[in-house]
This record gives sequence, C-alpha cells and structure tokens, in this order.
Amino acid sequence: MSVEQFLGLYNYWVVIFLMMTGFYIVIARNNLIKTVIGLNIFQISVILLYVSIGKVSAGTAPIVPPALVSHGHTEVAHGDHASHGHSAHHVDGHSAGVKKKNGKHADADQHDHGHADDHDKHDGHAHDHDSSKLGATGQEGESSDDSHDSSHEPTHDSHAIVYSNPLPSVLMLTAIVVGIATTALALALIVRIREDYGTIEEDEILELDRAA
Amino acid sequence: MIDVFSQLPILLVAIPLFAAPICVLLGGRWLTYLLSLTVCGTTFAIAVGLLQQVGKFGTIHYEIGNWKPPYGIEYVVDPLSGFVMMFVSALAAVVLLYGKPSIDAEIPRSKHYLFYACYLLCMTGLLGMCITGDLFNVFVFLEINSLASYALISLGRTRRAPLAALQYLILGTIGATFFLIGIGLLYQMTGTLNMSDIAGRLDTETGPRTLLVAFGFMTVGLFVKMAVFPLHSWLPNSYCYAPSVVTAFVAATATKVSVYAFIRLVFGIFKPDFAFEQMPLGALLIGLSIVGIFVASIAAIFQDDVKRLLAYSSVAQIGYMLLGIGMATTQTLTAGIVHMFNHALIKGGLFMVVGCFVLRLGSSRLSDWRGAAKTMPWTSLAWAIGGLGLIGVPMTAGFVSKWLLLTGAFQAEQPLVAGVMLMSSLLAVVYVWRVVETLYFSEQLSPAVEKSKEAPVWMLVPMYLVILAVVVFGVWTPFSVGLAAEAAESLLPTDWDSAVTNMDAGGAP
Repeated sequence: MSVEQFLGLYNYWVVIFLMMTGFYIVIARNNLIKTVIGLNIFQISVILLYVSIGKVSAGTAPIVPPALVSHGHTEVAHGDHASHGHSAHHVDGHSAGVKKKNGKHADADQHDHGHADDHDKHDGHAHDHDSSKLGATGQEGESSDDSHDSSHEPTHDSHAIVYSNPLPSVLMLTAIVVGIATTALALALIVRIREDYGTIEEDEILELDRAA
Repeated sequence: MIDVFSQLPILLVAIPLFAAPICVLLGGRWLTYLLSLTVCGTTFAIAVGLLQQVGKFGTIHYEIGNWKPPYGIEYVVDPLSGFVMMFVSALAAVVLLYGKPSIDAEIPRSKHYLFYACYLLCMTGLLGMCITGDLFNVFVFLEINSLASYALISLGRTRRAPLAALQYLILGTIGATFFLIGIGLLYQMTGTLNMSDIAGRLDTETGPRTLLVAFGFMTVGLFVKMAVFPLHSWLPNSYCYAPSVVTAFVAATATKVSVYAFIRLVFGIFKPDFAFEQMPLGALLIGLSIVGIFVASIAAIFQDDVKRLLAYSSVAQIGYMLLGIGMATTQTLTAGIVHMFNHALIKGGLFMVVGCFVLRLGSSRLSDWRGAAKTMPWTSLAWAIGGLGLIGVPMTAGFVSKWLLLTGAFQAEQPLVAGVMLMSSLLAVVYVWRVVETLYFSEQLSPAVEKSKEAPVWMLVPMYLVILAVVVFGVWTPFSVGLAAEAAESLLPTDWDSAVTNMDAGGAP
C-alpha cells in the first residue's frame, strides 16, 4: 500500500482509531459515566464509517439545485441522459424530481417567481445574519457556479453534478436515535445505582456487594 | 375496504408497538394489564394465522407501503420465522397471563403501566427481528427489544438489578454496534439492505476480504446477544436480579430470537458454502458449544440461587442449538431449530415455577426452599416435570431435540460431539436433582416454607399449560419437528447433505 493510498483512506483510519479508543475506555475504565462516554465514542465511530461509505468524492447532497430546475425542457432531457450515469438509483429520483418541478412551473407559469424567491433567500441570509455571512456567501458562490456551468455547457450539466449516497446518512439518523436512547437509559440506570450505592466506581460497587 | 388478512404481517408488529404508548397514556394497573394481555393474545392469534397461511400458500412476502423491495422494507414470513414468532408470542401471552400476582408482588405499583409498555415493546422487538427481511430493520428491532429488556431487568427489587441491567446494556450495545458495522460493510459491498437481495449480490467465492470482516463482526455481535459461552457474562446477573416475570419471558424468548437471526445470517445471507467451507464456522461453533456446555453446566451445579442456576443452564442449552447449527446437516439443523422451541417451553416453564416459589417464599435461594413440596406440592411437581424436560428424559420435549441432535451427530460422523452431549446431560441431572432433593427430601423445613401456601390458581394454570406443553411436544412431534424440518430444508441447498459427506470423505482419506 503506497503512502497516497494510505492517506487517501484517512477517514477509515479515523474510524478505526475512534472505535479502538471507545472500546478501550469501555473495557478499562471503572467509572460508569466514563464507560458510557466510551460507548458513545464507539457508536460515533460507526456513524462516521457509514457516512464515509455513502460519501462520493466531490459529491453534493442529493437535492436538485435550483439552477437545474429553472432551465426548463433541456434539463428533463439531461435527467434522462444522466440515468446512464453514476448510479441508476439516485438519478431516477433526480430526474423524476426535475420533471415534477418543471411541470409545476409550466402549469403555473411561475418560472420567474421561483427564481426571485431563491434570490430573496440568499439576500436574506447575507443581510440578516452577520455571523452566517461566510456560509451564505459560500452558498451563493456555489449556486452561481452551477448556473454558470449550465449556461455555458448545458449538455455536460447533469454529469457535472455528482451526488453522494443519502441512504447511509438516513440509516445513521436512526442509529443516532438509538444511541441517544441507549445513553439516556444508561445514565438513568447510573443515577439509580448512585442512589443505591452512593458511588459510580465499579470496583467500589462490587466491593459493597461482596460486603453485603 | 382493506383486506385485513393480507395486512397481518404488519399488524403483528404494529399492534404491540402502538399499544405500548397507549399503555403509558392510559396509566392504571388493571386497565393496562388487560390491554397488554389482549394485545399479546391478539398477536399470538395473528402469528398462528400467519403460520397457517404459510403452511397453505408458502412464504408470504409483504411490502410495507407498497414499496417494491429492495427499495422498500419487506416482511417475510416463511416456515422458520413463522415458527419462531408463533412460540415467542405464545410465551409472551402465557407469561403475562400467569404473571399478575408476581408483578403485583415484585414491582412497585406506581410503575406497573410502564412495565407493561416495556413488556410490549420487548415483544415487538423480538417479533420484528423475526419477521423483517431487511437487514437494517433487524438492527432497529434488536435495539427496541434490547432497550426494553434493559429497562425491564432494572425493575428488579434489589439494588443489584440496575447494575445488572447496566452491564447488560454495555455488552449488548457493543454487540449491537458490531452487528451494525457488519451491516454497513455488507451495504458497502452490495448497495442493498434487503436480505435476499444481498444474498443474490454477494460474491462469496471471489469477493473481497471485506466479506470476512463483515461476517466476523456480525457473528460476534450476535454471539453477545445469544450469550454464547465466552460472551455470556451479562446473562446470569440479568436473569438473576430481574423480576421473575421478566426472567421467564426474556429467558424463554430473547436468546432464541438471536439464534434465529444468526441462522438467517449464516444460511440466508452468507450461504452455508461460505460459512462452513470457506470459513471454519462449523469447528468454531462446535468447539465453543462444547466448552460452553461443560463450563456452564458445572457452574450451574454450584449455584445456590435457583434463578442463577437456570441462567447458567440457559448458556449451556444455547450450546446445543449452536451444535445443531455447527454440524450443519439437515437433521442437526432441524434439531437446533426444534431445540429453540423446546427450550423456550422448558426454560419458560421452569422460570415460571421459580416465580411461584419467589412469590410464596420471598426468595429464590435454594436454602430457603427446603421441604417446599409439603406446602406447595403442585409447584414442586411442575419443577420436577420441567426438570425432566431440561435433562432430556424420554416423553418430554427436551428428549426429542436431543435425540435428533444425537443421531444427527452420529450421521455427521461426529461421535465425539455425541459423547459430549450424553455427558453433559448427566450434569443437567445433577443440577435439576439438587433442587428436587431440596424440595422433596429435606428433613428440616425452611422457616419461610412453614408459613407458605400453594401458589394462586391463576398462576398455576398458565404454568401447567407450559409444563404440559413440554410433555405434549415430547410425545406428539409432527408439529414441531415437521415445521423445523421444513425450515431446515428450505435453508440448506438441496444436495447439501451429500455434499458435506463427500467433502468429509475427501478431506480424510
């Protein structure tokens, strides 16, 4: 394995490091709260693993960008075109979304209105929240890039957009909920243990049990 | 008008799932008890109905929300999952029917409605694990079941109960997370979560090494939930300090459903070729089971607390199921599956007996039970019958599965395993007999026994229902063995047995 390959897999090294850290804490710590913290780190490493699996290099979130939607018929063709591309799964959804939005726009003839809305949103971000200015300008930059691309090279547009796989992230939302429930239950149990024993050090608790 | 019968698979999970929060909203002891009893009964009826449909029309595939698999979640009821769901819901209903006096005595009254909610959630998780055909869904239901059972175990009377629950929580979460890692790796390789779809896409012959990692993680994760020998340390404390009703329910069902999930994993997803020929799963399972059976049986002999004794015995009995899986012929797999059912009945019944003694004598320590046969003859008799089943005496359910396993072991040319099984049954005789001796042949009565009287009829009747089932399924085998054989045949490739013997013959010239 070359150094580049090794570094290219850095997210997996992070996952393994966190996993081992969490596991070690669970095994080695006597303090029950610390054990639960270790358990959390362990679970979080798995969340990172899943997100790494789903992430496509340079891929964006699988949301149809407004620039793509507002360009009318040509985009529908691109949507179909793209279904030969990266992953049939997502592109199906994407082209369906495009069609739907196009239909809506054509029916209601709100083409320009939709466009204006988008601008309003960006402006609002930039002006109202000074703290989020950086993020907002970044967003604007991206979207203008998109429209730039699509206006100049419309045929390559749908190829230029690579989507990450959203499913692992969705699964992890569930896993996060499970993790929270587990942590909450563990902490509740520790509260009761502390009430009964007066300590949360595992060896002291075992000592008390042996004495009883 | 929706056809209710075609919606049974989802109702099986949805009814108890929605009844649980309703229990919390209703509050009150009797109301929630009756509600959960009705729900358990309904669930059992649905499970029986599904099993019947499977028998008539073959495997049922149910697409949730009409989303076609592999995009949507699919529920699958085949002979194996139908069988497991049937006995899980049956035991849930019977244990609840039996448990009212015991629950009243052991759980603070203000917490009853929460107890019933957790009980229903626990059952939901178990049934969901059985019915779902989606791998991630298995994880979700596994966690629903686990979280509910941690809460249930922590309801025990002593201060050790929360500690036992926490220890189980830590180990259980690590196990479940291992399982989750395995799911992630499988998804990475196949891009799907539907079990049969994964099985179709997985290239077990020339696939990447990730395959081995995924298999390893998922196996170890399930080993924790099954309480396979070196990873069983959570089980004795949890069973010992949990309320008696919880122990009866969890001991009868939870580990078996994990065994079921393991069977699905090995035979349904990775396929036996991979697990037994490319991976040394057979040797691993047989080795661990044999050591586990001996260590746990010997540990059981030296326990003073009967709950703990039975808990160690459970670890040993899981070994028999894994032996059946590990030898991997149609007959031994059948034996393993039947033993899931038989052991659920036997262990459920015996823990119900313990619950009766705890109610009347206030203790599960054997030294407090001396001479209890004089004041509690029916309960003591139930122990004796259930104990015979645990040993595997002819005319009891335990005999049927052990006999199948024994003959299967000879057929698979594993005489060592057969010998070990016979030896370990002798150990079971010892620990069952210790209790029988204390109950029937103690000269001196324990102080608690002198003041005690027979357990209430409302507990005795459901208890005898289970204990008699142990006898009935020891004599009348077509139902249990027939279903299990059907399930085993559907899991293994058609010419598997001859392939195994050929392989053995080729391997040892």
